[in-house]
Amino acid sequence: MNERTQGVKFYQVGSFAVGNRLLEPDRHSAQADAQRANSLISGHRACQGCGEVLGARYVLDAAMRATGGKLIAVNATGCLEVVSTPYPESAWRMPWLHSLFGNAPAVASGVAAALKAQGHTDVRVVGQAGDGGAVDIGLGALSGMFERDDDVLFVCYDNQAYMNTGVQRSGATPGGARTATTPVVTGHPGNRFGQGKDVPAIAMAHRVPYVATATVADLRDLEAKVERAMQFTGARYLHVLVPCPLGWGAASSQTVRLARLATESGLFPLFEAEYGEVTAVTPIRHPVPVDEYLRGQTRYAHLFDDDGTHGGGDPDIVARIQAGADHNIRRYGLLADPDQSARGRIDLDEGVRR
Amino acid sequence: MSSEHMANPRAVVERLAARVSGRAVEGSRAVAETVARCRPQVVPAYPISPQTHIVEALSALVRRGELAPCEFVNVESEFGAMSLCIGASAAGSRTYTATSSQGLLFMAEALYNASGLGLPIVMTVANRALGAPINIWNDQSDSLSQRDSGWIQLYARDNQAACDLHPIAFRLAEELAVPVMVCMDGFVLTHALERIAVPDQDVVDRFLPAFAPRQRLDPAAPLSLGSMVGPEAFTEVKFIAHGRISQALGRMPELGARYGKLVGRPAEELARGYLLDGARTVFLAMGSVLGTLEDVIDEAREEGLPVGVVELTCFRPFPAERLRKLLSGADRVIVLERAFSPGSGGIISPELAAALAEPPTVRGGAGPVRCHTVVTGLGGRPVTKKALRTLVRDAAAGRVAGFSFLGLDRELLGRAGYGRAADADAGQTWERLLADLKNRETWR
Repeated sequence: MNERTQGVKFYQVGSFAVGNRLLEPDRHSAQADAQRANSLISGHRACQGCGEVLGARYVLDAAMRATGGKLIAVNATGCLEVVSTPYPESAWRMPWLHSLFGNAPAVASGVAAALKAQGHTDVRVVGQAGDGGAVDIGLGALSGMFERDDDVLFVCYDNQAYMNTGVQRSGATPGGARTATTPVVTGHPGNRFGQGKDVPAIAMAHRVPYVATATVADLRDLEAKVERAMQFTGARYLHVLVPCPLGWGAASSQTVRLARLATESGLFPLFEAEYGEVTAVTPIRHPVPVDEYLRGQTRYAHLFDDDGTHGGGDPDIVARIQAGADHNIRRYGLLADPDQSARGRIDLDEGVRR
Repeated sequence: MSSEHMANPRAVVERLAARVSGRAVEGSRAVAETVARCRPQVVPAYPISPQTHIVEALSALVRRGELAPCEFVNVESEFGAMSLCIGASAAGSRTYTATSSQGLLFMAEALYNASGLGLPIVMTVANRALGAPINIWNDQSDSLSQRDSGWIQLYARDNQAACDLHPIAFRLAEELAVPVMVCMDGFVLTHALERIAVPDQDVVDRFLPAFAPRQRLDPAAPLSLGSMVGPEAFTEVKFIAHGRISQALGRMPELGARYGKLVGRPAEELARGYLLDGARTVFLAMGSVLGTLEDVIDEAREEGLPVGVVELTCFRPFPAERLRKLLSGADRVIVLERAFSPGSGGIISPELAAALAEPPTVRGGAGPVRCHTVVTGLGGRPVTKKALRTLVRDAAAGRVAGFSFLGLDRELLGRAGYGRAADADAGQTWERLLADLKNRETWR
């Protein structure tokens, strides 16, 4: 991780509790700052435990702190837009523009171009979309924004399906997951494998100044990456995993835990890249098998037969998902000791599996 | 008065000459120079024929610093172009782009969004046909397909009008917070070299004040733009938008008159009559066909035929009242349409018929004024004087069907197998159309 900007790192051990009380006030997280921007305030209509709203709040308050409040947000159509601006109400305490589903990166580029023409380069632009808006329908506009190196930080809040329209498959839906358009029927165990897009890698292929992945499980990591992103001029991309209680079929209380398990299992690697090269990865400190992550979500319920209603489950699919996690671990070097993965899994296997 | 112009004696001479009578210049180039005088701050562009020369010229002007401060952005698509316009306009910059044909359709979603957000974007549409079959040549199917997008649509009869309509468009857009399309026939105008007077910078500056947005994205005064509106207020939002675009019916002629006075040319109007005194048969058209049409009407008048012309410049908002006035002495109107609605008929004609039928109904000698649709000049087919002469004679004699195609190549249709009994299944409209064709041998 980027110790330079993060300054402080809480290693999550034991109780997983983190606190700002141990720190000097000027080293508090943006969220812990009583003077935080509250860019997205309460009263919006998001579901309880919504990862996207949590992520947006973290990202924007950190970006507001980094820019001294000189920030404009452009939003794609989607949950974040729908829950925050039912006319005549608005939960945004910053200049905010929603245009369409597939054009948020281009609209953000337009705002940046106008600010440049006006000489207001101190005002910065954040574009926001879900995985539908960034990975699928908006990818052309996103790629255009990247290749022109427009001065925009674009944030994808990835909950791995079209949640706003009722949990349909997107190009970010993982293999094996059940969605409304990848139903589980005999011979079709959820979403197909071998599909989908790695948009952080696509962003890196554009050689943009900064690309990072993050989750809502690690507030300080996410804030540090936002702050780092705001130190660059040009196109930047932040891909944030945001669990969706509704779409993933998990209790509202499990949002942060699931996000943490996604990284600790290796399914969602955390890294930073500058100008197309990986510069930092967040090592996995508590490796877990993918089972532990998958079992908490009804979208994967067909893979397990814990209650005896799924015909023995689908261990082959689970193994395939594990293989994907192991690939990520090798590719990004997420474990200092590669054997640690297997060891951790064996240790946990004894506890989690029979 | 930019210093680089003053430093170049040739440019000064050119400018003085243009003040008197214009100079020989390509339509696209003249439009680009006029747009530059309007001082746009953000110009996103994506190339499509026949719009290319306009944005090429603007990119060069921006690169050379003649338009500073201005950002010219080469975008990844027309959808991106209009989306950049939306962002830039919402951030408070005067914003311009240009497109054609498929590009306009690719923008369609963003066009409705721009008007819904009340963003005063100005766009030149170099009118071109829509595929399939792919066709790069001129008709007006593209902009007419965006009839209901909430944009003001102005149609240029020639390149001088194409230039003059742009400062008017910016002023109109910014006064009303409604985006404006200036439509000019692709190739016929965009690529035509003719004598055009590009307005001087000081003239445009006197006419067009600096952009003062009604609302903009500003960290010092945060606004939420583009929020969701449900059934409880959506109708009212649309009602207000209808009222706002309709104000152009009053403002456009006023601004046209003011601008005309500044440049010493006849005022641009919503619609204009030509030789309407005593005209019983009147031809209505938009765009470059008007020049040829007026030549033919001149000849017909010399022959004593009671015919005239109405030039429609402002298609949206539709100037119903103005057209009722212009057509109050006519028995029949022949609407020359450079596009049509498959399975129905004309696009302009039904609106005109509805306008003329409003009480008190505009009446000709023998009842309500009859509207005839003549579809012509599709996909770049030239509208010739010869074809128009025949049409004018037929129309004056009452020998024109309610809906017909001018200059249809019936031999080609025959070779393609159309008109045989087997085609009867195609449906009533086409049967009627083919029957009309059989009765209209004389067109060719």
